[in-house]
Amino acid sequence: MNEKRVLTGRYFMMGNVACAEGAIAAGCEFTAGYPITPATEIANRLAERLPQVGGGFFQMEDEISAIAAVIGASWAGRKAMTVTSGPGISLMLENIGFAVGVETPCVIVNVQRGAPTTGMPTVGVQGDMVQARRGSHGDYEIIALCPSSPQEMFDHTVIAFNYAETYRTPVFILSDAFVGHMREEVIIPEPEKIRTVYRKIPESGTDPQKIRGFLDEDVAPMPIFGKGFKAHVTSSCHDEYGKRNLIDISALDKFIRKLSNKILKHKEEITIVERDYEGAEIVLVSYGAVARAAATAASQARKEGIPVGTLRLITVWPFPGEEIEKMARKAKQVIVLENNLGQIYPYIKAEAAHFAEVSFLPPRLVGEIQDPEDILRKIREVSK
Amino acid sequence: MSRVEILIGGVGGQGVVLSGILLGTGATLFGGKKAVQTQSYSSELRGGSARAEVIISEEPVSDPQVRRPDILILLAEDALPKYIGRVRPRGLVVIDSDLVKGIQPGEYEILSVPATSIADKEMGNTVVANLIILGALIKRTGLLPVEAMEKAIEMSVPKKAIALNLNAFRRGLQLS
Amino acid sequence: MSELVHPFHRFIRPSVTHTTFCPGCGDGIVAQSILRAIDGLGMDLDDFVFVSGIGCAAWIPSPFFNADVLHTTHGRPIAFAFGIKMGLPEKKVMVVSGDGDLVAIGGNHLIQNARRNVEMVVICINNGIYGMTGGQAAPTTPMGIRTTTTPYGTVENTFNISRLVIAAGASFVACWTTFHPRQLTSSIEKAIQKKGFAFIEVFSQCPIQFGRKTGVGSAVQMMEDYKKRSISPKEAAKLSEEELRGKIVVGELVDIEKPEMLEEVKRMKNKAKGGSE
Repeated sequence: MNEKRVLTGRYFMMGNVACAEGAIAAGCEFTAGYPITPATEIANRLAERLPQVGGGFFQMEDEISAIAAVIGASWAGRKAMTVTSGPGISLMLENIGFAVGVETPCVIVNVQRGAPTTGMPTVGVQGDMVQARRGSHGDYEIIALCPSSPQEMFDHTVIAFNYAETYRTPVFILSDAFVGHMREEVIIPEPEKIRTVYRKIPESGTDPQKIRGFLDEDVAPMPIFGKGFKAHVTSSCHDEYGKRNLIDISALDKFIRKLSNKILKHKEEITIVERDYEGAEIVLVSYGAVARAAATAASQARKEGIPVGTLRLITVWPFPGEEIEKMARKAKQVIVLENNLGQIYPYIKAEAAHFAEVSFLPPRLVGEIQDPEDILRKIREVSK
Repeated sequence: MSRVEILIGGVGGQGVVLSGILLGTGATLFGGKKAVQTQSYSSELRGGSARAEVIISEEPVSDPQVRRPDILILLAEDALPKYIGRVRPRGLVVIDSDLVKGIQPGEYEILSVPATSIADKEMGNTVVANLIILGALIKRTGLLPVEAMEKAIEMSVPKKAIALNLNAFRRGLQLS
Repeated sequence: MSELVHPFHRFIRPSVTHTTFCPGCGDGIVAQSILRAIDGLGMDLDDFVFVSGIGCAAWIPSPFFNADVLHTTHGRPIAFAFGIKMGLPEKKVMVVSGDGDLVAIGGNHLIQNARRNVEMVVICINNGIYGMTGGQAAPTTPMGIRTTTTPYGTVENTFNISRLVIAAGASFVACWTTFHPRQLTSSIEKAIQKKGFAFIEVFSQCPIQFGRKTGVGSAVQMMEDYKKRSISPKEAAKLSEEELRGKIVVGELVDIEKPEMLEEVKRMKNKAKGGSE
């Protein structure tokens, strides 16, 4: 029986299992979900491991209640996470908006699968990229990380918790069946080498009437339940004290802008990208497992004397437009690669097209990441 | 060879994915190499098609998808037409000759192993046919040290099945 | 000069200056019963987390109760409450919402958590109509009644909510009307102390969207109607299904002991840690 929170060591581990271990290492105590391929291994691992360290995985009646319970547990002061795939996210969307609106830290893992609709459950596709950003109604910002390996399933889950807690917001892990089911070396560090963050809360004993627990662009302290803060938490338009206001448009404007600006103001510290385009004329832009094929092709192209670089988006949301512009100013050609028909491509094009030629290369078959040979062909074509 | 691509094709329940895990574990944890293992399967847990892909390399594996397998392991007739066209020229095709009958000579070597009948007659359990195949593969190619594979088996299969699996693997080592 | 203050004023959020309920609404009676029960048990609002959904009844705790309150999306308060209770097992979690919220859109969460028998109090205010959106038919609207979405009369059978929750496995179920505030208060006290899923249905008048449109009349007439239709479980046992039509069976319908989920979770965690069950 293993009662250690952090399983320090070197493993040949499945991405989904590494995700579960990352959550536990990050201090997650409460998880809820509903069985769905290809995310079940995360739930299974959490169900086995979390009770050993005092937490729990709860199988709910559907994904709607899973995210609801996660938000409830987060307000109860617990670090919380749910895991699912596209169909489950579709059901969760209303409550994801709720989590954004009342500023609830939580982690949502989407192990994406062949879609639309029930699609093809065991095939990895980057098909829900924009859904994470725009799926729930209204204007809002979200944070999303795109792991490309089992090691990153671990690392990114830890980062996701830290972001969720720091910015009081839902954070997505946008993985897919390919990476989720991938096994590779995973190194779990010593517990003291894993940085974990817990949300800021009001000082105990603060007069509840004086707690400004919402709508601060620099993140208000969270008046979590059970501490005598007498928090009034409503997803309806409210002010910084949580007081409902359903009549003044100026209150609505503030409600929308403050929530969005809370993320946008901190975009620079949130954004993580991998830049490898020094001196490159052609830059491949991608994320997730596709980035590994892109890196293979770029290195092959350089061997052939073609100056090719890569830019990998690790945080796809908030969209790192400044990074795209910085890259495009140096490049002549930008090739965007995604395992879909072009979801992030329009965002990239909007930032890059003023400075460079931008094109898109889909995989030959959606569901199989681009063959480096095909990428090379495209590189040779645009380098002419 | 710095990067070896292996594709294992069969049906659910034959240990296709386990074979991939054993090669990946052996390489990564005990063989001093890097490996990526991926898989695909249909929704039925038994009898549907199953595929495992393993890449073993001296360097960290960049592109994680098997493109043109250097080694193709076929555990079912159905897998033959699906994958035979993808083998790299002068690659190796390992077949369970009890189950894969229709293979034609081509621009590849064939290692034919009557794994299911050996498993059935000598081990009393056809479920370890895949381990016999792995033994024969290691013997033929020297892809990984024998000890690395044995440690991977001890680590990956249920305790009470370790002896059976080790025996099957070692039986495979005697074939070639 | 001393000021006259209502004894429950201390339970009301200081920033609240008025209620949002229509004149004659039953929600005030239910609100008072809840606060009387808490006061009667000598408890404080800080012992509670209140959860509500969407609809008039959901506005009872939100924002009026000076406590931790989570006002959630439509139909989901019980699912949110589940997470809160798991995160704060030592607190009392009370869901206050309406029939449309808890039984129509949220029906699955209601029956699933009754089945789990997870400790929480759920107070379902049944006014038989969607009040806030302007008087649409609910799964509790009696057949034949004209509403804004059933101008020719409803054509659907109705839920008997208490029976539904009993069948799903709750360990405490009571049903009252706004004509029975003392009995209601006493049942809420029991529900708060119950180790298990405790459900209370309260028939409550909506004179604006129901009484006025159906011709049942004013708030007072509606409450008198409740009084006429209410019978005890004992009396009900003697009647046929046909004779029971239109009657409200009031009382404590179920009060049993059975495994409660948080206790089971505690046991499961001990087992996972290698301890004894």
